[in-house]
Amino acid sequence: MSAQVKSPRLAIWLGLADNAFTRQKTVKFGDAAAVNSGRFYSVLVVVVLLLAWVVTSALNLIEPFYWPTIQGTWDRFTKLVAEGYRNVPLIDHIGISVYRVLSGVVYGALVGIPIGFAMGLSSVARGFMDPIVEFMRPIPPLALIPLVILWFGIDETAKIFLLFLASLFIMILAARAGVSSVRVSKVHAAYSLGASKLQVLRHVILPNALPEIFTGLRTAMGVCWGTVVAAELVAADQGLGSMIMIAKNFLQTDTVVIGIILIGLIGYTIEMVMRWLERILIPWKGKG
Amino acid sequence: MTMAAAARAATPPPAERDEPISGEQPMSGIEIDSISMEFTLPDGGVVRALSDVSLGIATGEMVSVLGPSGCGKTTLLNIVGGFLSPTRGAVRLNGHTVKGPAAERGVVFQQGALFEWLTVEQNIGFGPRMAGRPKAEIRDKVHDLLGTVGLQGFAEKPVYQLSGGMQQRVALARCLANDPDVILMDEPLGALDALTREKMQGLVLRLWKETGKTILLITHSVEEALYLGQRLIVMAPRPGRIMKEFRLPFPERGLTMPPREVKASSDFVATREEVLSMIWSMEEEIMGENGSSEVSS
Repeated sequence: MSAQVKSPRLAIWLGLADNAFTRQKTVKFGDAAAVNSGRFYSVLVVVVLLLAWVVTSALNLIEPFYWPTIQGTWDRFTKLVAEGYRNVPLIDHIGISVYRVLSGVVYGALVGIPIGFAMGLSSVARGFMDPIVEFMRPIPPLALIPLVILWFGIDETAKIFLLFLASLFIMILAARAGVSSVRVSKVHAAYSLGASKLQVLRHVILPNALPEIFTGLRTAMGVCWGTVVAAELVAADQGLGSMIMIAKNFLQTDTVVIGIILIGLIGYTIEMVMRWLERILIPWKGKG
Repeated sequence: MTMAAAARAATPPPAERDEPISGEQPMSGIEIDSISMEFTLPDGGVVRALSDVSLGIATGEMVSVLGPSGCGKTTLLNIVGGFLSPTRGAVRLNGHTVKGPAAERGVVFQQGALFEWLTVEQNIGFGPRMAGRPKAEIRDKVHDLLGTVGLQGFAEKPVYQLSGGMQQRVALARCLANDPDVILMDEPLGALDALTREKMQGLVLRLWKETGKTILLITHSVEEALYLGQRLIVMAPRPGRIMKEFRLPFPERGLTMPPREVKASSDFVATREEVLSMIWSMEEEIMGENGSSEVSS
């Protein structure tokens, strides 16, 4: 038997060669830990989809009203970058959407985390908040748009308040779960090392809850990104959602498609940035 | 009366008394004064986890507690630690009543009680940091303790990167950093493999000798209880109570002799068998009860 050849890093990255973990595969099927990224196929499927777009564009197989050609889309995109859309630079359409999401998540976290902590640590707070939280949780944020418009009109406050609501209940539940996950022996250890109640909260319960809080932030970012686009579809003159809605009214399919692609890419980027931050900021996640 | 009861349970027969310190027991050391602990179950039933337990531990003494599961030994430690208040009775340390957890009574838990978001150094320095000690003082203390427990060069490591044995070394050092009067150990070596466990027993013995701390050790392992107990308290379940007390020469012996030699000596083996058969018969009693109820139902 020949010595095991060390696979080149590219092959491992593509999932074509096994890495140190997947190499230990013991059964042909059922060992989920031994399934590698299969990234080669991810690259393949993206390339095939783009090629299909190129081919259909070149052969004029699809009416541009339904789906634009790749060339036309690119031209429109460069034009959008250069001139903006309806007197607003493209980067501002993106920026305002991202700004709304970040504001909503930050306010949601600032209010939700203390409430979640209180619910995790006090029976009274839990009793008070539980019916409200459990009632609000299954309501999709979009169902609140009409009420929010009645309260705040259609200005910036309305959108940020909607996103605040969307992230609030996610953050409450995440913080509460984080607090509840603390192992009692850690709390006992801290007290027997002389920590006060406040020190236990600050130095044990808070860091112990951070992984759950961060997972909550990630979820809130995702939900808010989806919600902001939908909210902009309903009522806004700036933002990616409003851009594709207005473009639809003028039958500009290419702009609609560009908007959709940008929404997808930005959502993906947000998730990747959050995962990266999680690795940097909370390396102890799952190690307790 | 309660004081007398404690003294009766705690003080060995005069012939065996070899430490002058046990004479002044009521004021110095731990005094567990006829404590009972009852838990009420959701269905209204009452579990008597501890029934009228009295035990005195002199300053500097190392006492191990052994017993079948359900005998209340962890409840006992939780009461001494101040995490539970007994239904009746009281625990006193150096004459004052224990009312809650405090830095004077350090606890070493089985595992998973380290703070995984902190480094080895930060874990060990946790107590002094909470007490607001100066940074330089904490650094020096941590540095010394790293040497004491054999973790030089690991100061900056996150604790989750250490092996189980090394994590327990951190737990011991973290406890010592606070310079407690008493160290309570709740199965500290229970999750370790046999070899690491033996090594760590040696470390506990050495720390006891070097620091002169009072140590109360809860364990499942008969061998460990014999090796690390000047006195061994055997507890019985239903209700949890002290069944028998042994006075043992093995910790002192362990300070001068290699561990295998201590554990292979004829009196160690004889005591081990005696304790084992005692625990066996208790376990069988429990199993017998369950068995008969299963048959009858």
